[in-house]
Amino acid sequence: MKRLLIAGVALAAGLTAASWSMAEPVDDTLEIDGKPMITRAKAPEGMPFDEVLSGWLYREAETRDLERDTFENPGMVPVEDGEVLWSKVDGTAGKSCATCHGDAAESMKGIGATFPKWDADSNKPINVELQINKCRTEQMGAEAYPFDKGGQNELTAYIKHQSLGLPVQIDLAEGDMQSWWEQGKELYYTRTGQLDLACASCHEANAGKFIRADHLSQGQVNGFPVYRLKSGFTSLHNRFRGCIRDTRAEMPKAFSDELMALETYVTWRGTGLSVETPAVRP
Amino acid sequence: MMRRMNFTLGVAAAIMLSTAALSSEIAPEAVEFTDEGITMSLTGTPGDPVEGAKVFKNTGLGNCLACHANEDMASDQFHGDVGPALDDVASRYDEPLLRAIVVNSKTIFTDETVMPGFYSLDVGKNVAEKFVGKTILTAQQVEDVLAYLGTLKE
Ligand code: HEC
Ligand code: HEC
Ligand code: HEC
Repeated sequence: MKRLLIAGVALAAGLTAASWSMAEPVDDTLEIDGKPMITRAKAPEGMPFDEVLSGWLYREAETRDLERDTFENPGMVPVEDGEVLWSKVDGTAGKSCATCHGDAAESMKGIGATFPKWDADSNKPINVELQINKCRTEQMGAEAYPFDKGGQNELTAYIKHQSLGLPVQIDLAEGDMQSWWEQGKELYYTRTGQLDLACASCHEANAGKFIRADHLSQGQVNGFPVYRLKSGFTSLHNRFRGCIRDTRAEMPKAFSDELMALETYVTWRGTGLSVETPAVRP
Repeated sequence: MMRRMNFTLGVAAAIMLSTAALSSEIAPEAVEFTDEGITMSLTGTPGDPVEGAKVFKNTGLGNCLACHANEDMASDQFHGDVGPALDDVASRYDEPLLRAIVVNSKTIFTDETVMPGFYSLDVGKNVAEKFVGKTILTAQQVEDVLAYLGTLKE
């Protein structure tokens, strides 16, 4: 009974707080160099939202503008670095990515919208970063890039950028993708750390609200790697790790099974949104 | 002159009290929740509202402003709105209930609440090593925050 009464008080107070600040994503449309982006899509079946919303809709006008124009977008500099790496010969086989895959605009189109996907060789989902490493080690006789280093984020961004505008749609029917999706979902709702928060605590229950200066979005991955005005070019697993650290929990390693499951699940949560790589974020 | 003496005496008394109280600090596992909330002070030492305001703002301590707006701190930028505004909160709740909310809000709201328990060891999975077995706030910091919340009354 007490609980009920108090919930009533909290509710009433919550209402006043909501009217005090703007809590919603903006009503705006994104075109990048004239190409329309899908920033709102009907949620896939099984999602707790009706609509999936790009993080772009939660950003300030100036930040949104930076993303509209590839000349202004500071994330295009690393993408261009990635383009150089694409045709750079490396490793004992004397090959570059271009040797086998030719023009990335053709061969890599769609990759950013369909990864992670099932990789029968490792019997796990594979993301673009790990696919790059797979080709480097198995096809080029080159070393795998360490996490966040050596051009990993630049090349990943260059590849994903070839899918700019395409709607995200990963294939859960291949291999064991479905069970990785389920593990990812489990993790998404698991509260971690001393602060006892799950991804869903912030990105589902409170999307649209402010946590200090941060306008909480749905935590979508369709813009990664993103250019953060605060801290520069940022990979997806770096962002995942940062969010987990903020709950005061131990951070899983990049590309660990946990984070691959999470990437699979969270990518699915953004089904239908355009690939925006490189997105601009605060 | 007189006033100053009183003041010094008061401080001395408070210090003596706090030394006495240290031994009677209630451990997080031993906190007793009743229907009214937590009726006993966690330390026996009255909270200090000035310290409490600092704990409230500090991003590494209470970080209450991350989720709650508070007009009393209008000069601080960026108040969150994940939780309700705390203006006048002391008129809405008595101290024992406020203590329970700050110690472990799940006992008052629902298990689903996103407000952390500030003096609770009932926390999430995989707590980072440096926080294992530790509460977010100390018992005295909780009492200080409560003293500050007590001032939020019209
Ligand atoms: C010697 C030829 C060769 C080179 C060099 C090579 N790859 Fe590959 N790549 C392949 C083959 C074969 C496959 C398919 C089998 C597999 O998944 O490994 C593939 C698959 C891929 C895929 C997945 C395509 C899909 O449709 O799923 C991507 C992305 C990719 N490579 C990127 C790269 C990048 C980036 C580089 C340079 C760092 C590179 N590759 C270098 C041969 C090569
Ligand atoms: C304490 C709240 C909090 C928790 C818990 C949290 N995040 Fe975040 N996250 C943020 C904030 C704040 C941002 C930056 C603003 C925004 O886009 O929401 C952010 C951003 C993100 C982004 C980037 C979104 C974009 O548009 O670029 C992703 C992806 C993300 N989070 C995923 C996760 C995942 C996965 C988890 C769980 C492992 C998680 N977050 C847990 C607060 C949180
Ligand atoms: C991560 C967000 C978060 C943080 C940090 C947080 N709270 Fe809360 N708090 C909430 C939410 C959300 C509610 C509303 C109850 C609910 O819906 O679960 C709440 C409710 C309250 C209430 C009841 C208010 C009312 O009018 O019903 C008080 C009092 C309170 N919080 C105090 C604090 C204090 C003091 C701190 C800092 C020591 C703090 N909170 C930190 C999220 C937070």
